[in-house]
Amino acid sequence: MLLSIRDLKVSFRLGERGAVTLVPAVSGVSFDIPEHTTVALVGESGSGKSVTAMSILNLLPDNAQRSGVIEYQGRDLLQAALPELQALRGKEIACVFQDPMTSLNPVFTVGAQMTEPLQRHLNLGRRAALDRVEALLNEVGIPEPKRRLASYPHELSGGQQQRVMIAMALACDPKLLIADEPTTALDVTIQRQILELIARLQERHRMSVLFISHDLGLVGEIADHVVVMRQGVVREQAPVARIFQSPHDAYTKALLACRPSLGYTGARLPVIDDHIEGKVPNRQAKPKDPNAPVVLQVRSLAKSFFLREGLFGKREFKAVRDVNFQLRRGHTLGVVGESGSGKTTMGLTLLRLHEPTAGEVLFDGQNLLTLSDSARQAMRRRIQIVFQNPYASLNPRFTIGQTLNEPMAIHGIGTTQAEREQRARSLLAKVGLDDSAFGKYPHEFSGGQRQRIAIARCLTLEPEVLVLDEAVSALDVSVQAQVLNLLKDLQDDLGLAYVFISHDLAVVRFLSDEVLVMKDGEVVEQADAHQILVAPKQEYTRRLLGAIPRGYQPT
Amino acid sequence: MSAVLPITAAQAPHSEGVWRTAWRRFRNDRVGMVSLAIVAAFLVLIALSATRVVARHWQAEVGVPNAPPTFLGPRPPEDLGTIEAPKGPNVDLSDVDPLAPRYKEWAERAAQMKTAEVQRQETLPFGGDRLGRDVLSKAIKGTEVSVFVGVLASVLATTIGTLLGAAAGFFGRRINDFLEWVYNVFTAVPDILLIFAFAAVFGRGIGTVVLILGLTGWSGVYRQVRAEFIKHRSREYVRAAEAIGASAGSRMFRHILPNVSHVILVRMSLLVVGFIKFEVILSYLGLGVPVDQVSWGTMLAEAQSELILGYWWQLAAATLFMAVFVTAFSLMADAWRDALDPKLRGAE
Repeated sequence: MLLSIRDLKVSFRLGERGAVTLVPAVSGVSFDIPEHTTVALVGESGSGKSVTAMSILNLLPDNAQRSGVIEYQGRDLLQAALPELQALRGKEIACVFQDPMTSLNPVFTVGAQMTEPLQRHLNLGRRAALDRVEALLNEVGIPEPKRRLASYPHELSGGQQQRVMIAMALACDPKLLIADEPTTALDVTIQRQILELIARLQERHRMSVLFISHDLGLVGEIADHVVVMRQGVVREQAPVARIFQSPHDAYTKALLACRPSLGYTGARLPVIDDHIEGKVPNRQAKPKDPNAPVVLQVRSLAKSFFLREGLFGKREFKAVRDVNFQLRRGHTLGVVGESGSGKTTMGLTLLRLHEPTAGEVLFDGQNLLTLSDSARQAMRRRIQIVFQNPYASLNPRFTIGQTLNEPMAIHGIGTTQAEREQRARSLLAKVGLDDSAFGKYPHEFSGGQRQRIAIARCLTLEPEVLVLDEAVSALDVSVQAQVLNLLKDLQDDLGLAYVFISHDLAVVRFLSDEVLVMKDGEVVEQADAHQILVAPKQEYTRRLLGAIPRGYQPT
Repeated sequence: MSAVLPITAAQAPHSEGVWRTAWRRFRNDRVGMVSLAIVAAFLVLIALSATRVVARHWQAEVGVPNAPPTFLGPRPPEDLGTIEAPKGPNVDLSDVDPLAPRYKEWAERAAQMKTAEVQRQETLPFGGDRLGRDVLSKAIKGTEVSVFVGVLASVLATTIGTLLGAAAGFFGRRINDFLEWVYNVFTAVPDILLIFAFAAVFGRGIGTVVLILGLTGWSGVYRQVRAEFIKHRSREYVRAAEAIGASAGSRMFRHILPNVSHVILVRMSLLVVGFIKFEVILSYLGLGVPVDQVSWGTMLAEAQSELILGYWWQLAAATLFMAVFVTAFSLMADAWRDALDPKLRGAE
């Protein structure tokens, strides 16, 4: 047994200046990591999975209190002194974190950052260290490793940065690699590559991997053993085949069920609480009217950014090129693509949050892009947007009531304050929040609840088209299901048309009628949602489809 | 329906507002509360002196020149080294003095006059200045002017800096280029030269000092507010406000400004402290408050010549008042910043 955790409890001392309260984050977790295996730790955000992993090397903030036993090769790491831990960190146990953009130091070259642990732990000279780094970069699949040694982190793509992080972790041949959501910030296709890389390296270096993720489907592809956590306790742990084939715990079952998969055809997704209680989503899909009036028509939309080059020069960067589509009332257009494909820029240009360079956006026959300011203000009401990050899209200084009231006040909806308040409250009820939310501030809500509030804010204006820019990407799988169901309900009740932008084809498939696949600012494929799934025409679409995690596949 | 509404509104629990929360967090900060109390005490003192309840007679020469503080005791009589006055009666000159016939007339006139010989005190609580004025009263009266100048000038500077910074940061492009240019010119000129230039244009007086300091001190605030606005203008909540049709002014001042208020507050408190010190320099250079008024600055200016003669108390009094106020004010502003910063909310 390489590492074994026995009855680990972690709590955080919170409160300011005197008034201390202990908030438990992990309450009694036990599991083992055998040699040469991959153990996955799965749970929603707040389940304590990262805290558990970080307490192995004591990378927790100062206000954490740990108890229990963490035994690593016969030593209890909880009792170990700091110098002892520092000798282990990076050498025997290495970490890869979620966001490669912030894990690398932007002012040092890749070579300089990577030689540091080698010189420190292995007492290599500068030359020898550089040679070793080059070999490592080669091993993690970075092209032209010699040239990359002199590159700065911002010159690498997200996937390459994560590869560098992995190479760095491997530098001293660790026995255990802790990978804390290493692919969450990456695109599906890159995620697949990184996943394969980790699996390959684990095999070659005969090390153990502790893989932390919120996505059970992803974990099923890489792990040998799965530990499911919720609210600081282990709900179930078993070999991966058993978890997928015969899960015992209701929560594990629910987690498996609530992820939209490519093959799922139901009208609503099961959500965790319902699943645990044994309820089945029974709402039937309302048949779509293929002859519904066209609300939004886009013709050869283009958006360019001009980058400064040299002293006076400008270089045109075409972020979006020649996008055409039409959207009918009550229908959903899915837009998929990797990051940098221009899908978000396209969404923002529709609302004229970016000024388009060329093209037409016809809304009920009127061109949105040539309207006068006053006519545009009236149009603005009818097309609204929900942003990706629910933590950033609400003003932290406004109560929910103020947030919902503002758009109505601007557009003169409702004559009196009382009438607006009444409307705001009924909308809160509609998106599934109770009345007490009205006077609260955004920080008092979870990510999923904030996204509901953002949706309610859009609904105050009674829009006809809603642009959903990665609206569920930042949410946990279970919360994602709830918000997706809500969006479906709203579409059926109010006849909204959605432009749904996402990198996740499975989610797009669940919601959309028609799908645009974008790459480098261009639409590479445009077809019916069902068709794109069964008969993708483009290689790129096939690659996107192939990259979606499918969970455990018995071989 | 509207008749029913107020009831539901009253029933729904409202979370405490930003300012209420900030106050609750501030109250838990012991250092902040003590400094708040000190600042409040100073404000009371200023109010009392402005309404002439205390320090009304600060110009009265109540003590002997340079009277020492009470705890030092009266100065020992000095050996002045003059010739001892003759003790006998005056020599009668009347037979040789051509003015002798008018002696009587003068005596009558003198009898009509009355000189009240003020009993000058040997010591004063905090000592006396060159003219024998009470240093304590002067310091209290000086607080009024100095704090008034510091606070008002910093409010002015912050307002200018915030407005310009918000415009430059929010709109960018041409406006930003122009304001950056103005900023660069302003900061390229040495502060003291700039102050001289303004002083020459505006003439003297407390109002002028406020104006001068306000017009020269905005650049730091401008720079920081501009940076904050650049950071916030592309945040999603501002984008969301744009999407619902909020005007530029509403986005700038209703959405962004409350979220950067803590930065502005700290800047302002630093300015108050800095301006109080600047007023000292101005007064010392003779550009500050008029002669018939007193500030900590003029006291320090006087103290310089006194110090050579060993009369340190005026310097000590002014410094003590200034140090206590400035320290308390800085600590208070720091505590306010902590209480208002939305990012520090996690630890609740």
